[in-house]
Amino acid sequence: MADFLINTLGLPAWLAWTVAAVVAAVLILHVIAGGALVFIWAERKIAGRIQDRLGPTRTGGKFGWLQSLADGIKLLAKEDLMPDGADGMLFRIAPYVSFCASFCAFICLPFAFDVVGQRLNVGVFFVIAVLGLEVFGVILAGYASASKWSLFGAMREAAQVVSYEVPLGMCVVVPVMLAGSMDLVTIAEKQAGWFTNWFLFHDPFTFVVFWIYVTCAVASVNRAPFDLAEAESELVAGFHTEYSGLRWSFFFMAEYGSMFLVSALAALLFMGGWNGPIPVATLLGLSEGTGDTAHYLVRLVGLANLIGKATLGVLMMMWIRWTLPRLRIDQVMTTCLKYCTPLAAAMFLGAMLWQIALPGGLVPVLHRPAAEIREGWLPGPGGEVRARDAVSTGDAVSTGDAVAAKVAQVGS
Amino acid sequence: MMPGIATFADAVLAAPLPLAAINWHSFFFVLFAALACGFAVAVVAAENVVRMALYLVLSLGATAGLFFLAGAEFVGAMQLMIYVGGTLVLLVFGVMLTAQAPFVSIKGSGRDKVVAGVVGAVLLAVLLQAALSVKAWRAPAAGVVADPAATPIGMALVGVRVDEPGVGAPARNVRPGYLLPFEIVSIHLLVVLVGAAYLARAKRRKIPRAIDVAASAEPPASVAEHAAIGRDRQRSGSVLAGGR
Amino acid sequence: MTLGLAVATPVFGLITQPVSVAHYLVVGAIMFVCGIVCMAMKRNALGVLMGIELVLNGANVNFVAFASPYLQGEGSRSLGLDGQVIALFVILLAAAEAAVALAITLNFYNNHATVDVDRADDLKG
Repeated sequence: MADFLINTLGLPAWLAWTVAAVVAAVLILHVIAGGALVFIWAERKIAGRIQDRLGPTRTGGKFGWLQSLADGIKLLAKEDLMPDGADGMLFRIAPYVSFCASFCAFICLPFAFDVVGQRLNVGVFFVIAVLGLEVFGVILAGYASASKWSLFGAMREAAQVVSYEVPLGMCVVVPVMLAGSMDLVTIAEKQAGWFTNWFLFHDPFTFVVFWIYVTCAVASVNRAPFDLAEAESELVAGFHTEYSGLRWSFFFMAEYGSMFLVSALAALLFMGGWNGPIPVATLLGLSEGTGDTAHYLVRLVGLANLIGKATLGVLMMMWIRWTLPRLRIDQVMTTCLKYCTPLAAAMFLGAMLWQIALPGGLVPVLHRPAAEIREGWLPGPGGEVRARDAVSTGDAVSTGDAVAAKVAQVGS
Repeated sequence: MMPGIATFADAVLAAPLPLAAINWHSFFFVLFAALACGFAVAVVAAENVVRMALYLVLSLGATAGLFFLAGAEFVGAMQLMIYVGGTLVLLVFGVMLTAQAPFVSIKGSGRDKVVAGVVGAVLLAVLLQAALSVKAWRAPAAGVVADPAATPIGMALVGVRVDEPGVGAPARNVRPGYLLPFEIVSIHLLVVLVGAAYLARAKRRKIPRAIDVAASAEPPASVAEHAAIGRDRQRSGSVLAGGR
Repeated sequence: MTLGLAVATPVFGLITQPVSVAHYLVVGAIMFVCGIVCMAMKRNALGVLMGIELVLNGANVNFVAFASPYLQGEGSRSLGLDGQVIALFVILLAAAEAAVALAITLNFYNNHATVDVDRADDLKG
């Protein structure tokens, strides 16, 4: 986009980059805020239907479309209360800390091949790391509220999120291992083609890993049945007991933002990202080389594809929330430490062994071998570096490929 | 109206304040450096230990930004993940476990502060002198953009150096990596895990803890009275046992 | 006005010139000294722990600066991967150290019902 501004509009480089950065930031902000509006409405409707009610029906026409907008206006108009004993500064900034963490993680989340705020070669690592910072807002809120309920909620959240980061990280490592890169764009591109190329169907181990990831992701964004931090039946409202109005809604925007984020991450890591179950764009003959219109169309189809998958993930979380009862805190910790972590570790080993034995995956005929990059790094018997098939995939943008190519140069 | 905007835009674009002259890398460096140093000073200045933890988080987060600017993305992400997301959550957890009103802010004595300030100032002077005295370190960055370091670091940790092959080793064009340190650190982490669990385990003690003594003291008279009323009601078959 | 100019001119100089390794070293030095002062001044055991984290972080800034090829001036070589890997090890060991120190602090709190390090004088004759 900056290139477009520089070349077509003739803006100076610094202005073009600034405009591009601002536009990207505003777009990401709208994904979170707009997403939250839609998801809150969807949550109400789904909760209603699951409980044999109708949910909102009147606000804004037939299906209550404008319900979340009305909610927003109500929240804006609410009084911004702060308890007497609260630590003012911490109480005020806690929601923003939460929201900023959620927002920052979107920076390097790709929505389609080129549609990414900042492409980072440690993308998936960065997303997981920044997402983990969201817990800080919650802890600060719980502490600063000067309320026992809030403090209990915050303690639970701290214990839970730190514990669940371990199995979550292990699950994320598996697709990283299969793709040979931590760049989210590369990982998604490795799964291009039919759905048989998805890492979800790469081998039985990755299939299990996906479901462990789902469990841990639900837990790490504090959704039921793992929403111990705000367990309303025991802790009033947990960490946000004392919050009202706009600050309270910031917590919720952060929560819905993270829900969308972990769903999009699941789509990118296990379900091909913007590469659909059926490669529609390729079947229609739209590929990168066929001109500008096709180029944008491919991006647009990919964008819709990824957002559709992520939305499905969010809807699934809602379905789980309104179906399953809440766990007790000891059950939450048991699930993490006694089941998820060992299972994820075993599946990681299994996927590794499978990768050595059958690098083509479960359906080798349709599957493009995903592991060719690392071949080039192994030192040969004579000490020379073998660079077999090092850069054969064609996407020279991959960082692993670049390294392998460099090794190949030096080795020859 | 429109000509006004156009003139304004021209004026901004042609302003003597050379926005175009700003080196954005330096701009973000100054931003992150100011945040990191400012919050580091705030950690020292703050009395409340929870606020100290918050400032420390912000300082370390800004340092992660500095790492990204220096082209060390992997170290930056690691800093965010382990330091900010792990270690500091642990610290805050510890703060909350021990945070009772008297301990949240324990003030040091004035003498300590003066001595610490003098020692710190001297140390800072020495370090700044050392940092600025070498001419090669003051040379402005040539701006060589290196390849991303995540993959070479990963390979180096399993013992293969792919970043600088062939230096000083004609027979093998791979240099030894960090397999041994990596293994040592792994064992070290395992030992720490076991050790921390051992230290923090719940144990029976011979000498009662101070807080247990406080908790097991005789309850105030009013509590005993209430309990007696409750027992009476229960005995007399009242439905609202203990109620008045 | 004069004061504003006096502040603005060096800042503007900073953001128009490319940074060097020395810039990072200065940041590292300030964080290091803050950590030392924090360790010396705070009587809260957790405050001392935070000082240690700051010290380690200041050292890390230096490692990363020397490791970065981007920051080196014309003709000088960077530490390369070594600096980054050492920084990683420092981060890992800091995490381990924090875990153990926290366990010790909690034990101390259980035994003494305080986290004031000056009260740990049981072994004083």
